[in-house]
Amino acid sequence: MSRTHVSCNINGDDVDFLSESGGSLLNALRDDVGLMGVKEGCGTGDCGACSVLMDDRVTCACLIFAPEAEGRSIVTIEGLAGADELHPLQQCFLEGAALQCGVCTPGFLMAAKALLDNNPNPTETEVRYALAGNLCRCTGYDKIIRSVLDAAEGMRQNGAQA
Amino acid sequence: MDYVAPTTVEDAVGALASSPDSRVFAGATDLIPQIRSGRPEPGLLVDLKRIDRLTAVTENDASWTIGAATPTSRLTEDPAFSGQFPGLSEAAGLIGSDQIQNRSSLGGNLCNASPAADSVPAMLVNDTRAVIATADGTRTIPVGDVTTGPGSTSLSTGEFIVEFEVDKPPADTGDAYIRMIPRTEMDIAVVGAGARITLDADGNCAEARVALGAVAPTARRVADAEAALTGQPINDDTLAAVAAAASDACDPIDDKRGTIAYRKQVAGVLAKRAVRLAADRAAGITTANGAH
Repeated sequence: MSRTHVSCNINGDDVDFLSESGGSLLNALRDDVGLMGVKEGCGTGDCGACSVLMDDRVTCACLIFAPEAEGRSIVTIEGLAGADELHPLQQCFLEGAALQCGVCTPGFLMAAKALLDNNPNPTETEVRYALAGNLCRCTGYDKIIRSVLDAAEGMRQNGAQA
Repeated sequence: MDYVAPTTVEDAVGALASSPDSRVFAGATDLIPQIRSGRPEPGLLVDLKRIDRLTAVTENDASWTIGAATPTSRLTEDPAFSGQFPGLSEAAGLIGSDQIQNRSSLGGNLCNASPAADSVPAMLVNDTRAVIATADGTRTIPVGDVTTGPGSTSLSTGEFIVEFEVDKPPADTGDAYIRMIPRTEMDIAVVGAGARITLDADGNCAEARVALGAVAPTARRVADAEAALTGQPINDDTLAAVAAAASDACDPIDDKRGTIAYRKQVAGVLAKRAVRLAADRAAGITTANGAH
């Protein structure tokens, strides 16, 4: 298996890593870069647990070959919180009990961030469509949807950037 | 697997020729699950997304040129494109979640050659052409000539689709694509139906195009449905003829998503609704597509 050198920006830092050419970005982020917040659920793009932003677009890291990240900007769950405080989405997920086992949570948060980056005032229906690519098998979706709507409202009031 | 990301069409053709088991990809949303499910790994992965032409969306005077590897979200978010081709835009927008939309492409949706590919009936009714890179340059063929059966295409080894060309619709024309799935999102079409209708000054149908997906080995146009509409008013009688022709045109499979009888029945219903929606759009009546 050949290995490829990849240079990209991850969570604001320039990062170099060696990756299997045919390996997934998901495995590279976890095994080569050490970012364990990116979760593998299905490995086939159905569950969204591995959702990351690549050049500001939400994607499944399991459906990206690691060398495709060359020159790209990646944001994972580890890049979501500020230095001293959680991102409003994270805070609202905590307060709204929008997680139990937590495996799906990083993916939901990244997909929700992608939504609020483009649409700070989504309807419930828009939130549901935006999160349709993310599966949760514990909590159910209502608490997640409500938490995203709460975060959006709070961010609008505070004028915060997503 | 080795990986290369050429930046020109010529380099991609060369890369494909350099390795007997090379494979082009755009979003890899079908390729990676196929490899994980046990299909043979290609020896060389050729990523087409670093070729500018493959991800360019260009509005020309009388047509659009769409790079074959362009993420479908780029099309659905383009107000000019979506305004002129609402049916094709909505069909592209039905392919998977937002995560998939940022990777999936018209070229991949076509060349994966699933009979249920949502964008294909919508491309067919818009007479879309595929520009194919070959060892000697390019050749252009109708989209309907690309797929030959489930998982198979007419492209030769070493060829790939560079871009699609689609003429702008004439005046008083509308297109539509709707599909039946058992849930609201994230599923594969049981039946898909596309239509493009051009109205004449009297409000009758001047030209009709109807296509079905998921009911035959490849998506197909339904000539009898088109003939039943051409020169006629769009009313209950002509729509009943459309439905009958669509059901007759089906050659579906029985599977967990639907039986043969069910697919034939639904194909008739959806063809009728797609024609009605396209005709409303041609008449300037804006209606939401309830399918999304």
